[in-house]
Amino acid sequence: MSRIELKAVRKDFGNLGVINGVDLDILDGGFTVFVGPSGCGKSTLLRLIAGLEDLTSGQVLIDGRDVTELGPAQRELAMVFQSYALYPHMSVRNNIGFPLKMAKQPEDMIEAKVRKAAETLNLTAYLDRRPGQLSGGQRQRVAIGRAIVREPKAFLFDEPLSNLDAALRVQMRLEIMQLHKSLGATMVYVTHDQVEAMTMADRIVVLNQGRIEQVGSPLELYDHPKTLFVAGFIGSPKMNFISGSVAARYGAATIGIRPEHIQLGASDGGFTGTIRIAEHLGSDTFIHAESPELGSITVRATGNIEASPGTALALGFEASRVHRFDAQGVALK
Amino acid sequence: MATRHSQGIARLAVAPAVIVLFLWMIVPLVMTIYFSFLRYNLLNPDMDGWAGFSNFYYFITDESFPGAVFNTLALVATVIVASVAGGLGLALLLDQPFWGRGIVRLLVISPFFIMPTVSALVWKNLLMNPIYGLFAFLQQLVGITPLDWFAKVPLLSVAIIASWQWLPFSALIILTALQSLDEEQKDASAMDGARALSYFRYIVLPHLARPITVVILIETIFLLNIFAEIYVTSVGGLAGNLTYLVYFQGLLNFDIGEASAGGLIAVVLANLVSIFLVRIIGRNLEI
Repeated sequence: MSRIELKAVRKDFGNLGVINGVDLDILDGGFTVFVGPSGCGKSTLLRLIAGLEDLTSGQVLIDGRDVTELGPAQRELAMVFQSYALYPHMSVRNNIGFPLKMAKQPEDMIEAKVRKAAETLNLTAYLDRRPGQLSGGQRQRVAIGRAIVREPKAFLFDEPLSNLDAALRVQMRLEIMQLHKSLGATMVYVTHDQVEAMTMADRIVVLNQGRIEQVGSPLELYDHPKTLFVAGFIGSPKMNFISGSVAARYGAATIGIRPEHIQLGASDGGFTGTIRIAEHLGSDTFIHAESPELGSITVRATGNIEASPGTALALGFEASRVHRFDAQGVALK
Repeated sequence: MATRHSQGIARLAVAPAVIVLFLWMIVPLVMTIYFSFLRYNLLNPDMDGWAGFSNFYYFITDESFPGAVFNTLALVATVIVASVAGGLGLALLLDQPFWGRGIVRLLVISPFFIMPTVSALVWKNLLMNPIYGLFAFLQQLVGITPLDWFAKVPLLSVAIIASWQWLPFSALIILTALQSLDEEQKDASAMDGARALSYFRYIVLPHLARPITVVILIETIFLLNIFAEIYVTSVGGLAGNLTYLVYFQGLLNFDIGEASAGGLIAVVLANLVSIFLVRIIGRNLEI
């Protein structure tokens, strides 16, 4: 349980700046998610915190102590890797106990801690198996077990769910959140999946090209994106962006409106369109329409509505839900 | 290969190759077995007919036989230990990033491409010769009497030559294995607090268990019948192995029958060694 601070952190690989000056305060006991498209530097940032990469400049502080020059082990953090990085020739028991063995703890204490971790994670029946004999979800749990036995100051997760199938991902997502609740530990979680970020985080850090675009709670980012990038990245289906004369009418270079904030059949909205494709999900219907004023536009309608291609639509915006951006892509108040 | 018809054609198509390979294997074996029970000495063509087990008896009771068995096993053991230990060290070095790594790797591999006869000649005449060899020169530089390698330590000399030849092989295989080690394992063990030595002991070595097993098994097959190095350096009388003894009986004593018997005994010994090896280290090959 601890607070991690990043101060003016930079990381260059050769001439390429991967992290271009990041200041961030990761709160004690919080669940912070780094999210961004691939190549935005989110994994590098996590590795910088872990001590697996050296900083080009800047500082990393844990509980106020400067750990910039310390090796990964001395930082007392634990990390769960994307590939799990289990040791294939060791049993589950030895995998989980490895950090304790390296810390030269007595055998009986290691055994007790491994047992406890295995119970928490429902792994007791598999302690003598090798990683190769486990399913993806079980391997994931072993990786988490190896992290929790050390009682680290904070947990770092590097896209831990991306190798799992969809159903298992939802289940593991819940398990990690429960773990966070029960341990009350600081967790930093990297993902490229904005759904994971929205559901798990109490604080999201959106990264783009090695810079922080915005930090905030999931709903803050959803309701008040500060930039065009954040607006487009958070939310599914993606926000519609409209520029030109329609945007000028709102006094902005670009306006954004989420698919769920467009009303169908509102005659006062003033826009028309034709349905190109409709996706029926049962609970929702995503309508991809073509509008003479707005261009291509996605509309999310609740329920399963009748929508066949070629049908004409009347579209209206919820005025309070229109996001306005200037020519630089920054939100206007 | 779905229908019975196409399966039949497939069998017919591969049959010539299978038959040739089978004959290739079985004819020499059967002939060797046949000769080993014959009185068949080129110096005494009048003595012929069945010899029973006497060829085997005379081969085993030959005064060179125990020494030959010992030399065979000692050569295999020393060369394997030297080439695996040296190969492991070399591979670890070559896995580090340094300038000119590509050329160094090529150079390291090159001894493997040199014919055993050629390398034995080079070692014998350029390096280990007590009068004009490089080692003699170096020893004289520091005032030591040059060692007459092939007269004083014949077995060790042959072992050194063979180790030099097999070092690249094991280094190459171990290096490839090292490169297949997942980088995240290194990161994970660093997070878990493993320092360089623990990382090597608990992560790298277990990862290398399988390739090292393969190296040991393959080298054993080739080292059991090492011959060129012994023949070329003329140490057969001092450090001859079973292969050399078979050559000696067949082509120096012209006793084809006894040489054949010796060949079969060598086959049995090779099988004993491989059973023994598979028992000890074979489980490394299972997942």
